[in-house]
Amino acid sequence: ENADPQKTAFLLRKAWTLYSVTPLYGFCRGRLRDYSRLLSAFVAAEKQKGLAVEVGVELDIKVALSSLAELRGSELDQAALLVQLSSRSKASSRNSEDKLVWSGWFCSMFGDDLSENMPENFTCLPLFLTHGAERYTSLVGSWFQKTFDCCFRRLAISPLNLSWMVAMWAGCKLDRAASAVELVFSMPRLSQPLDISYAIHPEDAKALWDTVQKTPGEITQGEVDVFMDCLYAHFHRHFKIHLSAAKLVKVSTGVASAHCDGIVKILHSQYLPGVLMLLTELAVSQIQ
Amino acid sequence: HLATSLPLPSERDHLRPRIDMVVFMIDIKSKYSLKNVETSLAHVDASFFLGKVCFLVTGVGRVNACSIETNAICKLADTYCSPLLFCELELEGIRAATAQRLLRMLKICAGHIPGVSALSFVLLMRSSNDD
Repeated sequence: ENADPQKTAFLLRKAWTLYSVTPLYGFCRGRLRDYSRLLSAFVAAEKQKGLAVEVGVELDIKVALSSLAELRGSELDQAALLVQLSSRSKASSRNSEDKLVWSGWFCSMFGDDLSENMPENFTCLPLFLTHGAERYTSLVGSWFQKTFDCCFRRLAISPLNLSWMVAMWAGCKLDRAASAVELVFSMPRLSQPLDISYAIHPEDAKALWDTVQKTPGEITQGEVDVFMDCLYAHFHRHFKIHLSAAKLVKVSTGVASAHCDGIVKILHSQYLPGVLMLLTELAVSQIQ
Repeated sequence: HLATSLPLPSERDHLRPRIDMVVFMIDIKSKYSLKNVETSLAHVDASFFLGKVCFLVTGVGRVNACSIETNAICKLADTYCSPLLFCELELEGIRAATAQRLLRMLKICAGHIPGVSALSFVLLMRSSNDD
């Protein structure tokens, strides 16, 4: 739980696409080097077949798998697994550095619900986050599916869950001047798409949440409802539009931002475990 | 007869036929629809809640677009002692099946089915849910 902020800094301020993953069968933590080699070979073979190729560019893809021991919630959680794809252009000199083209990581933050009764040989890492080109995501995904008999599914986030996130994150204490709390709504049933962006000063949002939340450290659905109803009522008073009839598609706060298509960006290392715990919960409920 | 909210405009009261059943539609994608139904419920005479009211939740096909917690709706149906139906209007099969169910319930509420009253029917539905 005491994640070294240096080691996890690379996770911040990047847009990660979320997936839920079923438990991996036959995964052995000691064989990471072997897996790196096998995945490299797989990527190269697919390149030969003409898939996942950038036209006109000769790229050698190097694969690195590593464990992030600090990134886990409880003792029952498996340490996070990081997969990185780097490229070195064949034309460049020997001293040129590898360029990171894709990263993805599996993690479990208090995913006890899933790992509790898991038989031996199964490794539970229900949350998968990717950053980089989709073609690499599907390559890595296919290899994992074939090798460990697991199943990936995009993790969408419902408006109900987004409202939990914005209520939770708006209430977080941030030492530096935080960015505005923003909610983006999509208007239904219009011939042309119309989005409404509702931005609130972070101090006002936190003040509102503080009056709503009764027990620190505990959040109920009722409290989230009251928080959202206040925001809707305020907007309706000024603009005569019922945001509660629209679809909440994106929320942004100083802590993190999340989009209903399953894309998150975490901005603050202090709240990284909290955000991951929430996302792990969503992934686990999608699997079960 | 469709209405966006209750109460119905009083100007047409004398032209309106007897109301046998009220179906409150809640779109699971719209928090506003739940609030609207909650406000409208206050305008319904208490006698209707003896089997002549039904809640219909639509849009349940898309789990990822849900804006309302199902528990909240179940609690509402429980509070008003009325049955709760779920459906997805965008799927023709479910739409047709739901329409048939509502029609059957309406026949009972209108007294067209001998031996079955609206109240006895709703109690039947309740006891099978509790099992």
